[in-house]
Amino acid sequence: MKIAVCVSHVPDTAAKISIGPDGKNIDPDGVTFVVNPYDEFAIEEALKTREKSGGEVIILSVGSDANKESIRKALAMGADSAVLLKDDSWRDSVAVAGALADEIKNIGAELVFFGKQSVDYDNSIVGQLTAEILGFNCVSVVVSLDINDGKIRAEREIEGGKEVVETSLPAVITAQKGLNEPRYASLKGIMAAKKKTIEEKPAATYENLSEVTEMKRPQVKQPGKIIGTDASAVPELVRLLKEEAKVI
Amino acid sequence: MAKKVLVFLEQRNGSIKNAALQVVKFGAEVASALGMEAEAVTIGNNIDGLSKVGGFGINKVTHYKNELLENYSSSAYSKIVSDFANELGAEIIVISNTALGKDIAPRIAVKTGSAIAVDVVDYKVEGSEIIFTRPVYAGKALTAVKLKPEKKVITIRPNVFNAGEPGSDSAEVVTKEAGELDLREKVIEIKKSEGKLDVAEADKIVSGGRGLKGPENFHLIEELADVIGAAHGASRAVVDAGWRPHSEQVGQTGKTVSPNLYIAVGISGAIQHIAGMRSSKFIVAINKDKDAPIFQIADYGIAGDAFEILPPLISELKRLKEN
Ligand SMILES: Cc1cc2nc3c(=O)[nH]c(=O)nc-3n(C[C@H](O)[C@H](O)[C@H](O)COP(=O)(O)OP(=O)(O)OC[C@H]3O[C@@H](n4cnc5c(N)ncnc54)[C@H](O)[C@@H]3O)c2cc1C
Ligand SMILES: Nc1ncnc2c1ncn2[C@@H]1O[C@H](COP(=O)(O)O)[C@@H](O)[C@H]1O
Repeated sequence: MKIAVCVSHVPDTAAKISIGPDGKNIDPDGVTFVVNPYDEFAIEEALKTREKSGGEVIILSVGSDANKESIRKALAMGADSAVLLKDDSWRDSVAVAGALADEIKNIGAELVFFGKQSVDYDNSIVGQLTAEILGFNCVSVVVSLDINDGKIRAEREIEGGKEVVETSLPAVITAQKGLNEPRYASLKGIMAAKKKTIEEKPAATYENLSEVTEMKRPQVKQPGKIIGTDASAVPELVRLLKEEAKVI
Repeated sequence: MAKKVLVFLEQRNGSIKNAALQVVKFGAEVASALGMEAEAVTIGNNIDGLSKVGGFGINKVTHYKNELLENYSSSAYSKIVSDFANELGAEIIVISNTALGKDIAPRIAVKTGSAIAVDVVDYKVEGSEIIFTRPVYAGKALTAVKLKPEKKVITIRPNVFNAGEPGSDSAEVVTKEAGELDLREKVIEIKKSEGKLDVAEADKIVSGGRGLKGPENFHLIEELADVIGAAHGASRAVVDAGWRPHSEQVGQTGKTVSPNLYIAVGISGAIQHIAGMRSSKFIVAINKDKDAPIFQIADYGIAGDAFEILPPLISELKRLKEN
């Protein structure tokens, strides 16, 4: 079975974000980019699935040459091959999903892993969009997964608990933290990854349906008051919560 | 005929969620700002109190009813909403950005050929155009987003738009048969987690971090949460250490919350933690390090030892509650 994993290349969660000169994008200067954290769970689950049932793990990423760094990391973890769907310009989620869907069809993958969310635009939609475009089944925000004979049993996180979902292949799974513990790339893996070629082709053209007209900083909150350093501040805190904030 | 805004009402166990009432209010407001009409649709078996959405500004609800739809099915729900939206000619579909809403919205967008914007926290109307504001980079920046096609699907962040007090109107409820169900994905069981209240839905949250020293001390967080009716949250450090379940983690790789009150105890305020709770209305920090970054965003802080401060705080709040 061919298993695809879609990987995005995003600013490190600790990065300071400043707005670029066009007022619509971030200024990438000095920002470290990494594999999207949720995509590491997706890669790990694909590798585990291959170890259990055989098959081939193919990494897909839409973006510029810079994405190769994250693709290499996925290869070093153990993926078999990778395709970079090249596009240097900004794409919205629908256009990303369109290009991914085309390539998934092209390679004939039956099982596709995504992260539940990219920590850049925090959309949480590319997996479901791609599934729907392909007519694949889809379970999002998955924390436990079991695939047997084409039948899928997945647990997805919801408010106050988990839903146990049954479906079947072909399917898209979006990975949530808790699904597994992503492995570290071994030295051998890193060396092997250097020898693997990353196939490059232009991402299929899809029109952006949305447009970012402005990016700005959120209002910074003024730090409030430190009302004390020990238990003697408790009555004042309670008073403020009751009378000023009116939250209790 | 006026153009339509269609609001999707999420139910769990046969009751309409609070977040769904916020969507009703929001949908009604957007419709009136754009000179459109708003209607609502819901899916499930028996659902209580549907007519009360009238009080929040929408006077017609279509209920697709079927036993097999009591639990969520991504394929079935998204098909029903999409078919209904198409039948109605809806231009804007509004959904709450909950676990269910996040799952279903993109599928509806594809099925209806709509553009999509999720996790909307604000909007403005300029002439006949509507522009949505949504946070990106975990709230470190905000974007204004324009959706180009006429058809749009949006999800709104829970607890940002207030449902307010209901008026006295009651909505007309039309019950419909759902026709053939697309049950390719099916929820066969719901496993409730231990904690009573989920942080993502709570109006008040008390979170504990590594400053609590060990899992055995989290009863202090629980007691404080219990007196004020809050959910318990946690930092990633204590989740990774196995002191608390992942469902409690607040932050960039946990849950995004916007309660009225967020109390952070023994949490340093790392950028990834703040990302998940910065939009809380009132923030209280208790931390023994006066330079901890959490104080930068706290409205009220006590720069002291949690073990000295929590017990009297709990008893003071208990006393207040009893009087
Ligand atoms: C990719 C990535 C994603 C992440 N996502 C998240 C996320 O979603 N959520 C999250 O929370 N973190 C996240 N983190 C981790 C984050 O960077 C911090 O490591 C974490 O938030 C620290 O948790 P903490 O505040 O409990 O612990 P610490 O940073 O160790 O802080 C403990 C605090 O307790 C105080 N303290 C100690 N003793 C006492 C006492 N007796 N009384 C009062 N105060 C006391 C100390 O002064 C200190 O400020 C992420 C990190 C990465 C790299
Ligand atoms: N440019 C991209 N290339 C490949 N996969 C992507 C891309 N953007 C998003 N994804 C995948 O879609 C998931 C959800 O992203 P998003 O909907 O943007 O939050 C990510 O975790 C990735 O698995």
